[in-house]
Amino acid sequence: MFSIRAAAYSYSESGTPALDGVDLEIEQGEWVALVGANGSGKSTLAKICNALLAPTQGTCFVMGLDASDPQNTSAIRQNVALVFQNPEDQIVASIVEEDVAFGPENLGLPPDEIRRRVDRALLLTDLELYRARGSYSLSGGQKQRLALAGALALEPDALLLDESTSMLDPEGRDSFLSCLGELNRRGMTILQITHRMEEAALAGRIVVMESGRVAWDGPPPDFFDGGYLRWSFEEPPEMALHHALLTRGLIPQGTKPGVEDMLEALCL
Amino acid sequence: MPIVADNISYAYNVGTSAESVALRGVSFTVERGEWVSVVGHTGSGKSTLAQHLNLLLTPRSGSVSIDGAEAKPGSGESRVARRRVGLVFQYPETQFFAETVRAEIEFAPSNWGVSGGALKACVDEAVSASGLDPALLESNPFALSGGQRRRVAIASVIAMRPDYLVLDEPTAGLDAAGIRELIQFLSGVRDAGLGVVQVTHDLRSALSYSDRILVLENGSRVVSGTPEFVARHIIDNPVRGLVIPPVVRFADALRKKGMNVPLICEVDEMVRAIGIYKERNKKCGS
Ligand SMILES: Nc1ncnc2c1ncn2[C@@H]1O[C@H](COP(=O)(O)OP(=O)(O)OP(=O)(O)O)[C@@H](O)[C@H]1O
Ligand SMILES: [Mg+2]
Repeated sequence: MFSIRAAAYSYSESGTPALDGVDLEIEQGEWVALVGANGSGKSTLAKICNALLAPTQGTCFVMGLDASDPQNTSAIRQNVALVFQNPEDQIVASIVEEDVAFGPENLGLPPDEIRRRVDRALLLTDLELYRARGSYSLSGGQKQRLALAGALALEPDALLLDESTSMLDPEGRDSFLSCLGELNRRGMTILQITHRMEEAALAGRIVVMESGRVAWDGPPPDFFDGGYLRWSFEEPPEMALHHALLTRGLIPQGTKPGVEDMLEALCL
Repeated sequence: MPIVADNISYAYNVGTSAESVALRGVSFTVERGEWVSVVGHTGSGKSTLAQHLNLLLTPRSGSVSIDGAEAKPGSGESRVARRRVGLVFQYPETQFFAETVRAEIEFAPSNWGVSGGALKACVDEAVSASGLDPALLESNPFALSGGQRRRVAIASVIAMRPDYLVLDEPTAGLDAAGIRELIQFLSGVRDAGLGVVQVTHDLRSALSYSDRILVLENGSRVVSGTPEFVARHIIDNPVRGLVIPPVVRFADALRKKGMNVPLICEVDEMVRAIGIYKERNKKCGS
């Protein structure tokens, strides 16, 4: 789906490069969590995957198309949707359902199909009650759902999420993540930028960015088995608890990290 | 001296078909030297309440007073009040207008006649307090990463030297180190005597760091009080949109099994409490 080779990018000629030689292959149907400190290059990489930016060095191929070639831009954007953290930059129509319909309309789809997609996207993002509301009169989290709905209505092959669940409440986030899981099972490729380790744990693969490079790449269990300690990520609370209980000898070595297992071990 | 919101109600687009009620008779107090968190589901009214605290919005009914003076819209007091209550918006871009980070941070103090060395000192202090990289001072704020924008927004509000700091979802977009720095910074300003209001859907950070918590649901107050009190209440009466943090759920499960540990969500404190409990029980048993 994405094939990135030695990609570098600098926003200005003088400054430090935002990307400094990234090699990354992402297959169709993968769910990848992209993590790393502020400024490590995650958003720049996402923009390159969507042909919003062209690498200043190296290459990025999306579904076999060279993302640096302007002739491929529209084909790539039709199949790869990108959602940013700040939804306000992404609102294009003043009424919620018109905003969601904007993408499918641009694809030239028939009205029935547009309606089907808009209904589905509003349902998945829990915005049905708000369909006739003004887009700008939504709360911060509701606007973020609107941006997600707009991307889902494109029914893209790949979804790039740049901290685009940061303003959802925990229940809303859980339900959106399970919706992502469902879309992924049906074949959608997902690249999800997040600072939340609980979210990264749900992906099939974790890629760590550091100073514009890929610093680690592998499955979540390996990552949480200690790999992540090299960076200042926050340990998911249940794992931190397991870790601390073991260290203090409050539960026997070999106790599994599940809540039930820990409870049982403690209450013997 | 506190900010007191007394029984305030607010609706957007009153009298039109798009009317939406955002606050229903909410009362809220924050003292100087206190950290209060406001939590609730998406659309519960948190940002609307935050904007009342610095008088950007005026309640339809009820009142807001700052340090004892009721704040009436457009009055001289309300301008002074706005200066005393710094608001950091949910999406920091909302508050940007200048072309450089420096101009953004200088704006408020220079408006009040601060200049020269004093202005520079004010900017430096705000930059270091917010954890912003000073190398970014001449950059365009719109050209920064999400985490950097957040820091610029906080720095420009700190430069006002407010008595109260109201932050709407300040941890969103920050990495783990950034969140730790922010929490430390907020604890510091609280201890230095500022009143801190943190709007967040992150129940975990609210339970861990604040002195008191207000929980909103559909524009109404559900419960308010100390973190432990609020945790107990939410476990017994689930609130829309909120999920009990795992460590608190764990503590609750232990209590149900007879182990009397506090309902807190910090791992180290939790484990210490368990250790003490086990130690004591061992002694009693022998
Ligand atoms: N400018 C506006 N015009 C009309 N309605 C609005 C406006 N801003 C917010 N609302 C509505 O008021 C209610 C409360 O919104 P508010 O922004 O205070 O919620 P919030 O708790 O901050 O939510 P979030 O966590 O999503 O930021 C919501 O139903 C929202 O749709
Ligand atoms: Mg809000």
